[in-house]
Amino acid sequence: MTTPKPQVGLFVTCLVDFFRPTVGFSAVKLLEDAGCEVSVPAAQTCCGQPAYNSGDRAGARALAEQVIALFETFDHVVVPSGSCAGMIKVHYPDLFSGEPGWRLRAERLAAKTHELTSFLVDVLGVAPLPVSWEGTATYHDSCSGLRELGVKAQPRRLLSAVDGLAIKEMRDPEACCGFGGTFCVKYDEISNAIVDRKTADIKSTGVDLLLSGDLGCLLNMAGKLKREGSRVEVRHVAEVLAGMATGPAIGEKTK
Amino acid sequence: MMSSRDAILGRIRRSLGTSEKDAPRLAAVRHRLAETPVNVVPARGQLPDAERVELFIRKAGEVFATVARLGSRDDIPAAVSEYLRDRNLPQAIRRGADARLANLPWEREAQLAVTVGPSAGQDLAGLSHADAGVAETGTVVLTSGADNPTTLNFLPDHHIVVVDTSTVTGDYETVWAGLRRRFGAGTMPRTVNLVTGPSRSADIEETLLLGAHGPRSLHILVVG
Amino acid sequence: MSGGLSSASFPKNAHAALANPPLLKAIAHIEETLVSGRRRAVDALPEFEALRDAGRDIKAHTLAHLDLYLEAFEKKVVEAGGFVHWAADAAEASRIVLDICQAAGARRVTKGKSMITEEVGLNAFLEANGITPVETDLGEYIIQLRGETPSHIIAPAVHVNKEQVAADFRRVHTKLDPLRNLEEPTSLLAEARGVLRERFLTADVGITGANFLVAETGSTVIVTNEGNGDLTQILPKTHIVLASIEKVVPTLEDVATIMRLLARSATGQEMSVYTTLSTGPRRAGDPDGPEAFHVVLLDNGRSAMLGTEFEDMLRCIRCGACINHCPVYRSVGGHAYGSVYPGPMGSVLTPSLQGLEKAAHLANASTLCGRCESVCPMRIPLPKMLRHWREKEFERHLTPKKARFGLAAWRFLAARPRLYGAVTRMAAWSLARLAGKDGALKQLPLASGWTRWRDLPAPEGGTFRTEWAKRGRK
Repeated sequence: MTTPKPQVGLFVTCLVDFFRPTVGFSAVKLLEDAGCEVSVPAAQTCCGQPAYNSGDRAGARALAEQVIALFETFDHVVVPSGSCAGMIKVHYPDLFSGEPGWRLRAERLAAKTHELTSFLVDVLGVAPLPVSWEGTATYHDSCSGLRELGVKAQPRRLLSAVDGLAIKEMRDPEACCGFGGTFCVKYDEISNAIVDRKTADIKSTGVDLLLSGDLGCLLNMAGKLKREGSRVEVRHVAEVLAGMATGPAIGEKTK
Repeated sequence: MMSSRDAILGRIRRSLGTSEKDAPRLAAVRHRLAETPVNVVPARGQLPDAERVELFIRKAGEVFATVARLGSRDDIPAAVSEYLRDRNLPQAIRRGADARLANLPWEREAQLAVTVGPSAGQDLAGLSHADAGVAETGTVVLTSGADNPTTLNFLPDHHIVVVDTSTVTGDYETVWAGLRRRFGAGTMPRTVNLVTGPSRSADIEETLLLGAHGPRSLHILVVG
Repeated sequence: MSGGLSSASFPKNAHAALANPPLLKAIAHIEETLVSGRRRAVDALPEFEALRDAGRDIKAHTLAHLDLYLEAFEKKVVEAGGFVHWAADAAEASRIVLDICQAAGARRVTKGKSMITEEVGLNAFLEANGITPVETDLGEYIIQLRGETPSHIIAPAVHVNKEQVAADFRRVHTKLDPLRNLEEPTSLLAEARGVLRERFLTADVGITGANFLVAETGSTVIVTNEGNGDLTQILPKTHIVLASIEKVVPTLEDVATIMRLLARSATGQEMSVYTTLSTGPRRAGDPDGPEAFHVVLLDNGRSAMLGTEFEDMLRCIRCGACINHCPVYRSVGGHAYGSVYPGPMGSVLTPSLQGLEKAAHLANASTLCGRCESVCPMRIPLPKMLRHWREKEFERHLTPKKARFGLAAWRFLAARPRLYGAVTRMAAWSLARLAGKDGALKQLPLASGWTRWRDLPAPEGGTFRTEWAKRGRK
């Protein structure tokens, strides 16, 4: 008798949807390789984080309701982003305080929502199919994934199985990259000073590739590295793990 | 007009949604103040006697205190004299009237001028007797009193402190218990100084410098 | 605020700070000193996390019984022969201190480092009333000479370099040899020590803050490294302690627990050099110590924070760890905030003290990266409270119109999946076309805040959901 496949709803996130579908497909491949049945509800848009972090609770709440209704039927909800997963897992229940019905639904969803690498390692406990990537890489710990969800060892563990890839840590991989959602345009000059320190740290490692688990941070760091004329490639960790790091990297010229 | 005292306490009670007659709260406070429960105490200092003293000496060294071990109290005058000689300081020391320092064979150091009483800022070296040493961080504990001027702990450039090995504790909590035994629960001497190394500052470009306003050096004589 | 800075002009202040290389160089020292020092000290103490829990619990318990512990503290101070004064706000605190100074016939006052006296603006008030306050902490002394305010709560002169200190000393210490060498920090320290020694010995009143007030014993506790706080409080005839009400803890055991967190979090020391417990004035027979001992308890908005979402902020022990680890502070320094308390703790506390209108927007000057909370010894949920201020700002329509409009537009779109799909599809396609083979955009109208500093990586082309649907997937 075979156990039924876990039904996974992929919350692809608005940034991946818009900027980098490759990350979404990489996540699907990793999940399917691990034996999951993956669905992507078509009506998904935004998790509400920009509103939540801007003080607009009502706006965030409205979008949270939408996400809960769309995803609550799955066994698991997987998100290729620490900050969007953190929004659902840590902050959704808080949005419905004083409303027992919604609060319960939010808590149930929170309990089965996972950041992608954490889901693969902590929940499924599987090793991805063997892939290779020749070169050296450094890993940036995105703030929400790291501090809200404890994502730190999981991506490194998965990457350690990639053939030919050597990880070289930055001096301070846990330092914020300065993205901060709307912060990066509201306080663009300060955001720039922060990402400037980050890219200096990345470049001092001398690696070929920068990886992380959050597209917001990746766009920020890739944009800065490119402006600085750096040749460091920037990719979402899922692309490498899924063996899909073949097209142009983030912000890279098409060949 | 309501006094600020009553206004502040009233606001606190309103914010907390309580009154001053709330019995469970009163009991909780009474209990805590009477029982003085111990919180988390680091394992680091919980050692047998000899090792605890070793830890104390190592920790004091880490914070730039210098330490000399003496076999007996009677060795203190010679150790003081030697310290001053080694640093090319005049043979002069000021101390409190504390019997633990008074009843020593000072006459053996004929060159050493010993004065007694608080410092007015003219002394290069001062001598105090600690009530305790704390192994956890290499801290010495000094209490003020008629025979133990606090000025001696801060005004001289060089502060020499005697610590008896039998008073070296693993942690601060043991020191508090000792103070309660000696002075009574809830009662303290005017000043209790916990001193961990010589005075320092890092206020200029975060550069660590010793000897800011207090003693430039702290020398600990561990006796026993 | 002095120096013409105010919280309202944070972006302008930040811009000026970013164009000030000596300042940026000075704050860069924080990394290799305070941040790495904390790391080493925390790693060397296996119980550190358990101590953080204990510290949080002590403060939570104390705050829930704050009125009773303050009364207990007051009783013990009086028993020991001291006086307790209660100040509802900054003006009252200053007035009380002045009255004590005047009653003592004081002209010269020495001060230990105290953020509370900065909060109430004590120095300016005393000066206006003919009393000369002398800051004795080296960092505070330096900024007093410069007419500045602290840019950091534990390293007040962190923004100043040694050349600037030398210039200030030459300008002020005019009786000293003008040809003296002041190149090295050691000579600067020696000079300050010499000048201030005389001030200590001639002061009429000494004013300090307190790191703790101990309800069990009526003791006030200061934690310092230089020894200036002690010289301030033992030499003059009168010692005044100005402390805010949340500094009270129940017992000496509680002091020990928080002490283990404080220095490690602040400077990476296991213990500060001087931890001093003062209880009442000098006793009969004591050869030294102050003859009068006053404690001024300041509320200044704190009692109103109890029972609100900002209550946890009252656990703060002013170690500065959140400041040292804040990427925003590390980019612009403390003066840019224009508030007495900078960094994450300042951005949470300032609106409570100054009012939402003046300072709520400080809460926006954060990436919410959460590093502050991860290093806070008292486990204060700083990002959560910064978000609370953003909510209050939004509720009261203090959020800028442009931002409100953007949020409303986004919400409108995101709540309409079909429309959202069409709009994002068009936009992604257009941007990808605009970027062409470059893969990134150097400039983009409406996104100049981004493209002024960095390229904007171009979308791959089709959105994920379109591509997914093309493959016939659900």
